[in-house]
Amino acid sequence: MFSYCSEPDALSGLTWLSCYLTTGKHTSLYLSFGTVLTLLAITAPVALVFGFGGASAARSRFAPLSWLGKAYIGIVRGVPDIAFFLFFVIALDQGFEWVRHKIKCPDWDQPIRQGNDFVVCAAAKLPLGDAAQWVHEVYGFLLAVLTFSIIFGAFAANVLYGAMQAVPRAQIETAEAYGMSHRQAFWRILVPQMWVYALPGLSNLWMVLIKATPLLFLLGVEDIVYWARELGGTKTPKFTDYPHGDWRMWYFAALLIFYLLFTKVSEVVLDRIMRRLTRGQATMAGEAQRKAAA
Amino acid sequence: MSCWDTVADYALRSVGIGERLLPRADFTICQQITLIGSGMIWNIYFGVLALLSGFFLATALAMAKAAHSPLLRKPAEWFIFVFRGSPLFIQFFFAYFLFLSLKGVFPVFSPLTSAWAGALVVLFFNTSAYSAEIFYGAMQSIPKGDIEAADAYGMSGWPRFHRIIWPTMLRLAWPAYTNEAIFLFHATALVFFSGFPATQQMGDALYYANYFADKTFNPFIPYPILACYFIALTLTVIGLFGTVNRRLNRHLPQTQRGKIRLRPMLVR
Repeated sequence: MFSYCSEPDALSGLTWLSCYLTTGKHTSLYLSFGTVLTLLAITAPVALVFGFGGASAARSRFAPLSWLGKAYIGIVRGVPDIAFFLFFVIALDQGFEWVRHKIKCPDWDQPIRQGNDFVVCAAAKLPLGDAAQWVHEVYGFLLAVLTFSIIFGAFAANVLYGAMQAVPRAQIETAEAYGMSHRQAFWRILVPQMWVYALPGLSNLWMVLIKATPLLFLLGVEDIVYWARELGGTKTPKFTDYPHGDWRMWYFAALLIFYLLFTKVSEVVLDRIMRRLTRGQATMAGEAQRKAAA
Repeated sequence: MSCWDTVADYALRSVGIGERLLPRADFTICQQITLIGSGMIWNIYFGVLALLSGFFLATALAMAKAAHSPLLRKPAEWFIFVFRGSPLFIQFFFAYFLFLSLKGVFPVFSPLTSAWAGALVVLFFNTSAYSAEIFYGAMQSIPKGDIEAADAYGMSGWPRFHRIIWPTMLRLAWPAYTNEAIFLFHATALVFFSGFPATQQMGDALYYANYFADKTFNPFIPYPILACYFIALTLTVIGLFGTVNRRLNRHLPQTQRGKIRLRPMLVR
């Protein structure tokens, strides 16, 4: 990186550190923070959509759809989420390959599960056997995003379902009295009003989502945990210009601080949003704001 | 080989009793149910011990956080912030490598590099922080009248705490604390995926479920088995805590009792 970095053995102190922290591998570590942020940026809206779908399905008057929605909300209650993460990644991968297999190779006669193997025809492989390395990485990342979205969609569905129930019944009755159809009342009355009730739950969910991002490591994505383990391990002079002992503790301490800062900043920002949204609301918090101003 | 033989071989495999080698081929459903069930021993071990010990530290932390003196309040606030603000997964990793470094200097720390002690310490601190926040919240919402009545009776210090404040705090905190207990049990599944090694393949339920999913490349059998075990565990926890909840609320009319509602809100 810097011009004086060409002779690492001769360096010491801060100059050594500045060279050490700007090696190519460390750049990968910094980029993997981007991976985490990208994951958050994609997952949050997708999970919200999943959650909205789940919550509206659970409220549906068509019984099977409502069971489906309630089952979706219910899946996250009794079982550790980490089990879902590990399950969905394989299950989704096999599901996609199975569907492609059925479409692309209809005249395949061997069973797909042969003992301990899952065999699909070559054209149905995902990604294709001859695909470039980056395709594999992107596919792995997208699977992870989908897994996160499904699981956090279930959490969000739970929050939104509660919020829809919390909108005063009289509001819907008024809408019906005005002759609105079920659909109109839902979109024009219920949906605009439910967000105030959903916000505390959703901001909690955002914090939970931040704290779930290290689980990316378990899904086989090269994220910050992966690089912290990789870079922190003992390095001998044989393989690197920057030998050091076992520094994994310090790398994880840095990650710990990163997450603490991230959650703290989120907390402050969400607090502001909440305060902005409660302004003028006929709730206790809104009333307290009004009194404080007066 | 009948299913009973499998149970005899593997039921205590996770604590090192029974057959040494894990099954390698021709996996049966019976093997999967037995081994995953055997792994639950660790989940229960971590959960129960962390909860029992964490309860006391949590009460102390909640008291400290509510204290006037900043000498008590600030450390408690920081402790709670650090453990609630960062992912448990990272805490496990950090603690494992910290213990590993300490072991190099002081050999006393060597038990802490194995899961049974090291992970337990992390879970103990973690659940203490989360429970302390719950207890603190409950302590803040103790009705003013209760404290005034205690003052009127001339109670102060320890009698006031253990006869008035503590029981009321517990009663108010109990529904949220039940939730915390459930998610603590769920969090125990992280232990063997976060640095702490499973010596001689003695792991928890998820460790074995993952083992089977890797070997058979079929996630649709081991993970549902795991799910059933955890749902059973969750229901047991709800049942036990429900009994305590009824006892804590026994002096109240039916309509005012705090209900335990499950809120799936905590990945750590």
